[in-house]
Amino acid sequence: MQSFLDSWGISAMVFIPLVGVAIMMLLPEKEEELHKTIALLASVGAGIFGVLLLANFDYDRSGELQFAVDRRWIDVINARYTIGLDGMSLPLVALTLLVVPLVIVYSWNHIPEPGNAKAFLMLTLVLHTGMLGTFVAGDLVLFFVFFEVVLLPMYFMIGVWGGEQRLYAAIKFFLYTLFGSALMLVSFLALYWSTGSATFNIVELAEQVAARDISLRTQVLIFGGMFMGFGIKVPMFPFHTWLPDAHTEAPTQGSVILAAVLLKLGTYGFIRIAIPILPEAAVEWAPYIGLLAVIGIIYGALGCLAQTDMKRLIAFSSVAHMGYVMLGIATLTDFGINAAIFGMVAHGLITGMLFFLAGSVKERYHTLEIRRLGGLLVQAPRMGWILGITTMASLGLPGLAGFWGEFPAILASYDPAPQLNESLFRVYMVIAAIGTVLAAAYLLWLLQRTAFGTPSEEFADDPHIHDTVFTEWVAWVPMLIPIVVLGFVPSLIFDVTNDSASLIGDVVQALGR
Amino acid sequence: MFAAEEAVANPWIYDNVWLIPALPAASFVLILFFGKRLPYKGAEIGITALLAAFGLALIATFTWIGDIQGLEESEGEEHALVTDGGTQTVVLTAEAGEEHGPARGAPVVNEVEWFGIGTGANQVTLGSDGVEAVDGAEGEEAAEPSSGFNISIGTLVDGQSVMLLFVVTFISLLVHVYSTDYVNGDRRYTHYFAFLSLFTASMLFMVLASSTLQMIVGWELVGVCSFVLIGHWWEEKPNSDAALKAFLTNRVGDVGLLIGVTILYFAAGRSFSFVTINEMAVSGEISQNTLTIAAVCLMAAVMSKSGQFILHTWLPDAMAGPTPVSALIHAATMVVAGVYMIGRLYPVFYEGFSIAGSSINLMAFIGGLTTVGGGALAFVQRDIKKVLAYSTVSQLGYMVMALGVGAYTAGLFHLFTHAFFKACLFLGAGSVSHACHHSFDMKADMGGLRKYMPKTFWTFVIGSAALAGIPPLAGFWSKDEILVGTGAFPGTGGNGTYTIPLIFGLITAAMTAAYMTRTIYLTFFGEYRGHGHPHESGPRITTPLIILAFMAVVVGFLNMPSGFVDFLRLPSGWAHLFEDWVEPAGIASFVGVENGFTHAKPSLLLAILATGLAVGAGVVVWRYYERLYAKDPKATDYVDGPVANNELVAAGHRVLVEKYYLDHLYTDVIAGGIKGPVARAANWFNQNVLDGVVHAAARSSVGLGRFVYRFVDQGLVDGTVNASGRTASESGQFLRRVQTGQVREYATLMFGAAAVLAAVFIFAF
Repeated sequence: MQSFLDSWGISAMVFIPLVGVAIMMLLPEKEEELHKTIALLASVGAGIFGVLLLANFDYDRSGELQFAVDRRWIDVINARYTIGLDGMSLPLVALTLLVVPLVIVYSWNHIPEPGNAKAFLMLTLVLHTGMLGTFVAGDLVLFFVFFEVVLLPMYFMIGVWGGEQRLYAAIKFFLYTLFGSALMLVSFLALYWSTGSATFNIVELAEQVAARDISLRTQVLIFGGMFMGFGIKVPMFPFHTWLPDAHTEAPTQGSVILAAVLLKLGTYGFIRIAIPILPEAAVEWAPYIGLLAVIGIIYGALGCLAQTDMKRLIAFSSVAHMGYVMLGIATLTDFGINAAIFGMVAHGLITGMLFFLAGSVKERYHTLEIRRLGGLLVQAPRMGWILGITTMASLGLPGLAGFWGEFPAILASYDPAPQLNESLFRVYMVIAAIGTVLAAAYLLWLLQRTAFGTPSEEFADDPHIHDTVFTEWVAWVPMLIPIVVLGFVPSLIFDVTNDSASLIGDVVQALGR
Repeated sequence: MFAAEEAVANPWIYDNVWLIPALPAASFVLILFFGKRLPYKGAEIGITALLAAFGLALIATFTWIGDIQGLEESEGEEHALVTDGGTQTVVLTAEAGEEHGPARGAPVVNEVEWFGIGTGANQVTLGSDGVEAVDGAEGEEAAEPSSGFNISIGTLVDGQSVMLLFVVTFISLLVHVYSTDYVNGDRRYTHYFAFLSLFTASMLFMVLASSTLQMIVGWELVGVCSFVLIGHWWEEKPNSDAALKAFLTNRVGDVGLLIGVTILYFAAGRSFSFVTINEMAVSGEISQNTLTIAAVCLMAAVMSKSGQFILHTWLPDAMAGPTPVSALIHAATMVVAGVYMIGRLYPVFYEGFSIAGSSINLMAFIGGLTTVGGGALAFVQRDIKKVLAYSTVSQLGYMVMALGVGAYTAGLFHLFTHAFFKACLFLGAGSVSHACHHSFDMKADMGGLRKYMPKTFWTFVIGSAALAGIPPLAGFWSKDEILVGTGAFPGTGGNGTYTIPLIFGLITAAMTAAYMTRTIYLTFFGEYRGHGHPHESGPRITTPLIILAFMAVVVGFLNMPSGFVDFLRLPSGWAHLFEDWVEPAGIASFVGVENGFTHAKPSLLLAILATGLAVGAGVVVWRYYERLYAKDPKATDYVDGPVANNELVAAGHRVLVEKYYLDHLYTDVIAGGIKGPVARAANWFNQNVLDGVVHAAARSSVGLGRFVYRFVDQGLVDGTVNASGRTASESGQFLRRVQTGQVREYATLMFGAAAVLAAVFIFAF
């Protein structure tokens, strides 16, 4: 078993969803139930392998890549099939494995207009493979391929199953991301050539860059390309404008996957690729990343306060929350990166949950206009409760998951890596802390307007408005449990990420001033 | 633990004190899941849990007191570090203990690892500017506590936490019992009890916290419970508005809390531990400057949580919640959290604000301002609960002021006594409202109630007299100690010469008596102005009132000055018991005599002066209302009599009615401004400027694509594909459009971007 897991475990986990896609391709479109079952089985199958991997993972060596596989792939460019799992990727893989099956469960009776469960679920499974692959890739070409695999299914999901402005949103999403990807690719190529080492392996590249005398200017430029690629995905201010549109127009499932996992591809890229390979450039970029992060925190929150649409508000809140993650990363310390990974998982669970709720509200009220909503606690008390807990988690209440991404990031920016300007980061810290007030303001305002009060006349006697249904419970409870548990037992993630995060902290530390 | 010689084993309760918050927490979960199916709808679980928690708190209290009495006899033996299993038990030995008397009441810390983070590679003390270039020895010392960053969770038992355990469980238990009658038949009865339990659990968790991080958790949980309970009747918008206001105002202060805790964490060599932070603050290992900044930040948190000016505005609005919740919030949980935190980190504040030998500092000033400003607002309220709310603001100001002038024990003693009489008054107000058809309007719906509800009346009078500081009730003793502690009255000594706080304190003493007299007169005297027939409340309401009134009479005797004890020829051991029990070895011996932490000497003259002011003010107000009443039995309309006659008074009255216009400033100007113009401007910027750039970029790249298309691609692909797709189904059309025009544009864009950057690289190489 162990030897099978060592050589095939990760690959099996990543590609099982594609097996599901292949089977579904052969079946007629009418067999909706069958498609749903296969899709669920495929995602759960990936999950089973994931659980096996998690169970056999050596948590004492979480700083090392485990279950690593390194095989020939594209010889011409020395690209190899290099995959592995370490403390940095493990929480995100786990998050993906949790969210996708739940999305499929939710789809059981929530296939958005214009229907066609087959195509919809196939896209979901392709997304699944793409996301898992991105998190385990150890080779830049492989990473890039998976990174791009994610793009198209999401593009179609928004463009076909989205809301009224879906075309605009889908194209904007695609354009933006592709633009970043192009720059990122250029950076990868530049890295390949400038090291002259004929490898795309992340670890080897890092060693090469450290060993060779590559001018700081070049490093900074290469980092810049990656910054565009990853920063757009995060998204960082001012490259975030695709996000509110994409989120608002995407079907519920798309929004959930987008918020829960896709945005993390960007932040993951920073800590997996950009910073470890180019630590010196990272030091140069960090003040600017930190600046954009705190601007994002305040700006995102102000954007939220101005929204009139529930889904758009939640979308904007991602800009603010990912700002905390990026602030943690910008400190270039073990503390900050630990906080960032925790923040990614927490944001994935919480904002994913919020989008689920928005979807269900939309389904019942046929509108997400905050002004028209109200009294959810009266008409659907359990859903109102869940909304309450989730907003509290989102605003960073201690005892729920959101706090451990937010506060440690603030804490870390008090004491950034020694090369960075301490005073500057302390200013960032204060701004980020002020952001928590605004976060509470827009989230509680949302809660008050939607859940409290009494239903408006328009919906008071609407028979369609009912409380949480079975598939919703099945999809939501597995997200709510970790939100609460991680709030009290943050070590579940910190103990896993700490070694990997410390490695990055050490690399930056070792640069000296 | 295993061997007998392994030093002192802790009493059972010290190691298991975590049960006290765990019980109500478990009760919360049980009520939430099973409450509705039980005969008493969950109330029985809450009361049982609270009874058990109160029992444990009593055990803790008496164990603690016993320890201290024992220690006093054995002249403070040395305690060593005890380790057993995974649990680390640290019994601190106050270093200066031997010099300045026995090391009474060193804190007992019980911790387990919570989570670990970081390796410490980052820890090397690198001053950003290099000014603090440390020499070898000092650098080593600073790096020492950094060996591991395991963040612990645990309990800290000392006089202060034991005192609060007793108060919280006691008041909460009475509030639970009271509530079974008061909120009987409420639309969310079970839910109410569940959150009452969680509220109590959160507060107890905070009280027992051994680290600042843990304190934040408890602190915020208390906040969210208050949010839920204040907004208990959330169907009505004013209630949810009040809940939001409470939460958001507290969040503003929490910014200071987060930053302050962060600063202290790094200043104390990466530690959240209260004990470490306090030790380092006292020993001078943390610079004065750092302590001052941290103290100012934490002060912001105190201002919001403990209702200090100018962040007090949420507190009166919080009256929107059910009355027993108000009693709980104002007496035992929530608002005293800020005061408690000052006590917990007292060395930080003491050193940071240079309390010793000073005559004014930020904390004393804010406390003084609050105590007078809050008291003044109490005069113009019609709502009996709002009078009490502003009175709480005023009394909290007293406590903060006490801590600000260095009167540590006096501040906490006032917290202790205030808890009983304020809970008594709030529950009394609830009882009155119960009788008057749930109205709280003293002028319109009350009056003459003493005849109808004697138990409520007498307990309310006792509570008021205790609040007003009439000897020998509880409030007298604690208030007197604070006034003495300012050190400004001739012959008292003290830690500084805080003249302004003394004056503020005396003014408040007079004001408190005056507005409470007004309240009693309007509520219980004259004629009944409401509807129907008021009646005395049932035993589940009156019994807690009687118990609390009894406490309001007796608890003050716990801290009598020795002069008074001698005068009455009582055993000398009866003097300043509270001080012995609660004042940690930490404060007295850490700060030490050399830093000037002293206890002021009580002054009979000052006590007479303060009492005289209070009684005088009370009598004047009483006479005033009596005269009004003689003129017209329905005196209520004349109550604001002098206001109409004098412009200056009218203007002052208006300022008070408008609550110093602070609400306008916050709600309309700040919140409205951010939510309105500022947020809209940000959104406009987003939609027009940022997206405008994006659209322009897209348009120009499309233009570029067309250009390329025309000259490179023309003839290869014609327009028929585009045209054919138009009539197909929507999704099909979309796909087709993707396949045709646009994808090429994207490809162009990608190509263009890559080309541009490649060019950049070529130049860079």
